[in-house]
Amino acid sequence: MTAANGTARRPLLETRRLSVDFGGLHALDELDFEVHEGEIVSVIGPNGAGKTTLFNAITATVEASGGDILFEGSSLMGLDPNRVTARGIARTFQNVRLFANMTVLENVMVSQHCRTRQHAFGALLYTPSFRREEAEIRERAETVLSFFGSRLVGYRFDQPAFTLSYANRRRLEIARAMATQPKLILLDEPVAGMNPVESAELTGMIGRLRDEWGFAIVVIEHHMDVVREVSDRVVVLDHGTKIAEGDYAEVSTDPKVIEAYLGQGTDA
Amino acid sequence: MTATLPPETGAAGVPAEPSPAAARPALAQDWRRLVRMGAVGAAAQIFIALSNMPVRLDERVVVKPVLSLGYLTLLIVPFAAGHRVGHQIKREGMAVHAAGAQEVVGGIACGAVAGGGVSLLAVLLANFDLREPLVNWSPILAELLSFGNETWFAVVIWLLIGAAVGAAGGLLRLMGPAARRAVVTMALAVGGAAVLEPLVVDLAEGMRLEALTDRLYARRGGINWSSALGLAAASGVLAVLGRGRIRQARTHIASLEGAKRTRANSGLIVLTGALLIVLPLFAGKLTNELLANVGLFVLLALGLNIVVGLAGILDLGYVAFFAVGSYSAAVLTAATSPRINPELPWLVALIFVVVITGLVGLFIGAPVIRMRGDYLAIVTLGFGEIIRLIFLSDWLSGWFGGSQGITKIPGAGIFGLTDVAGTDPRRVFYLVLAFCAIAIYVSWRLERSRLGRAWMAVREDETVAEAMGINTVNVKLLAFVVGAVLGSFSGAIFSAKVGSVFPNSFLILVSIVILVVVIFGGMGSIVGVIAGSAVLIGVLGGPKQPGLLAEFSEFKLLIYGALLIWMMLARPEGLIPSVRRSRELHQQEMAQDAWLKGQVDDDLDGDDGDGPQAAVAT
Repeated sequence: MTAANGTARRPLLETRRLSVDFGGLHALDELDFEVHEGEIVSVIGPNGAGKTTLFNAITATVEASGGDILFEGSSLMGLDPNRVTARGIARTFQNVRLFANMTVLENVMVSQHCRTRQHAFGALLYTPSFRREEAEIRERAETVLSFFGSRLVGYRFDQPAFTLSYANRRRLEIARAMATQPKLILLDEPVAGMNPVESAELTGMIGRLRDEWGFAIVVIEHHMDVVREVSDRVVVLDHGTKIAEGDYAEVSTDPKVIEAYLGQGTDA
Repeated sequence: MTATLPPETGAAGVPAEPSPAAARPALAQDWRRLVRMGAVGAAAQIFIALSNMPVRLDERVVVKPVLSLGYLTLLIVPFAAGHRVGHQIKREGMAVHAAGAQEVVGGIACGAVAGGGVSLLAVLLANFDLREPLVNWSPILAELLSFGNETWFAVVIWLLIGAAVGAAGGLLRLMGPAARRAVVTMALAVGGAAVLEPLVVDLAEGMRLEALTDRLYARRGGINWSSALGLAAASGVLAVLGRGRIRQARTHIASLEGAKRTRANSGLIVLTGALLIVLPLFAGKLTNELLANVGLFVLLALGLNIVVGLAGILDLGYVAFFAVGSYSAAVLTAATSPRINPELPWLVALIFVVVITGLVGLFIGAPVIRMRGDYLAIVTLGFGEIIRLIFLSDWLSGWFGGSQGITKIPGAGIFGLTDVAGTDPRRVFYLVLAFCAIAIYVSWRLERSRLGRAWMAVREDETVAEAMGINTVNVKLLAFVVGAVLGSFSGAIFSAKVGSVFPNSFLILVSIVILVVVIFGGMGSIVGVIAGSAVLIGVLGGPKQPGLLAEFSEFKLLIYGALLIWMMLARPEGLIPSVRRSRELHQQEMAQDAWLKGQVDDDLDGDDGDGPQAAVAT
């Protein structure tokens, strides 16, 4: 599952000359970017390079001003965010955004919305299919949460999300993304604010997400040790354009990257 | 209230207490706080007096011949001030002293200052004429305040009354929990029996217990002096014997889990249902009328609760759906409807009413739902008015009768068995009860479904809900439509009950009152919403419907406002809050608790992942 044998096939996600403008500012400038099935790609770059904007554009949270986004060969342009999620792209947020007053379990149950069908009448009539689906939703939520070991299970199921520790909130966000049953997960700084032990643990989990669940993953990350550990391929953005691409060793020795990023001492 | 007071007001100017148990000397008062509270009380007294409440309510005797409801409104303030001034803030690490003479002296002083407000007013009334701006600045008020004597008498007597009542408030702090419970029960029993006199009489007549009420109440209203004492004694004894068994039972039920809890809950529901079915049989017209009105508002409030409480859409124009429900039922059933009058049976018409209101919900919702927050609230407010103005307009008066409305609407026939009309409030109540049951079931079921979870997610964070694959527009529209349909039930019953519909039955005020009911009762809580309707609509009265305290109807909005403010300060989650809502409002405390608990757990299983260090970062 390296980048080399991936390029032979059609990429899972592909942006073609994708541009996003905020007024006069080109947050993304004709960016070509691709992710293959089963691949873990890291997106790095200095602050303001357009990393989160790339995520926002892919998930339709911001509108692209030019170019195209292809997912499994068909365009995502013009879709509502919920349709994009239904197509199989899930994301987490840089500043953790859980449904704070819903319980841990509910957070994960609600994100299966686009994969489930039961409507108001099923709930009102309490039909067998409604009950079956509710049970399935619950079971799947518990399966997803148990991916994180003992941290989010048991008594934690029924605790409101705001009572979780910071690290657990980050984990719950990932669980919520997993529950939408995506093909591609976009992780926006998943280890930000974690201590080294937690960060190392989560790094291992990102690998397991690919190996055990089969997701393709794009990670925005500032911690270089995490990037080195997880990435099949690293893409470096600066001022909305791609300045380098390749495996970690290649990228970290690229003079352009060092100038734009590592050379300025923003290394974590 | 406890938490909102800044800590320095609690023990300012008082040296730290060496022993928490010792009472303080009587004159060790925090005089500044005392005078400030007294002054607030005095201002409240003057405001109440000038709102004309004492004069208007003077005819309603509470305890004959001592106390009328009018004077009672004036006595509450010094009592509350006298009680409040002795309040100590109890926080960890802060010294707490035992209640003693200090509380009583403080109560006396604070009550006297509050009573001084009336004294001051009496002097002003005697010497100045401010009738021009203040319409209630009348000799009648002056006479009432001075008990028919000279002005100096009023000045002295109100200082004394204030001091006495304030002392009573302070004394309440000296009592142990058992004694306090007994006193509160006695006061509630006498006050309740007096204030709810029409209801008690009505119920007693239904149960053939007139002899009892004749004994209890004086011929022209009010509890007899002697029976008030008897009632107080009886209830006091009961309270002492009961020793808080009710509270015990409640905590017991709350502590049950799983199947037992479900059984206890369903037992309670069956019991309440049975009571509600049996009660009207023994109740007279007045009670049934009240119950029917409460039921209509329960229906409306449950509908709005789905929109506001679950989906978090602040709809200030909810009356629109009530209006559409009423009008479409009227047009479809009444023979006098101007343009089309199919004269359908009520139940058949109801199907069309639901469809029509649902469509109107979609029609209004579609443009509105894309907005958020304040903008949405304002736009819904506008749509509420637009619907009313459409019914009022000359342009459509050929359809809806304009300001003449539609009259002579037949009652609601149910399968030809009975005919439910306003002339028989008992049948109306049963009809309303049936629809309330439907609405409760719908709310309860939907809340625990995929749709209910999606509503909550939208309420929490719309952007994220959208990113998690929820079609927020559809989900919100659906909340709007479900709310509209529940409101239309109420409208259809309303038009059959009243027998006529006019545009001015659907003022903005109705929307506001329903919203106040939902907020007061507890947003997102079914039981809370029902309790809110019972208290606000049943006791105080709806926008047009008289409540139990018909005398208060003039001051209804004033009391609504005061209650709402008090509620927001003391119990922002509402009367009977939903678990989620109270969690939301007490997030910090809960997060702290959970953190402490989490720390313990982590120590036990040696989990170093989310210890205090991690949590502190948040």
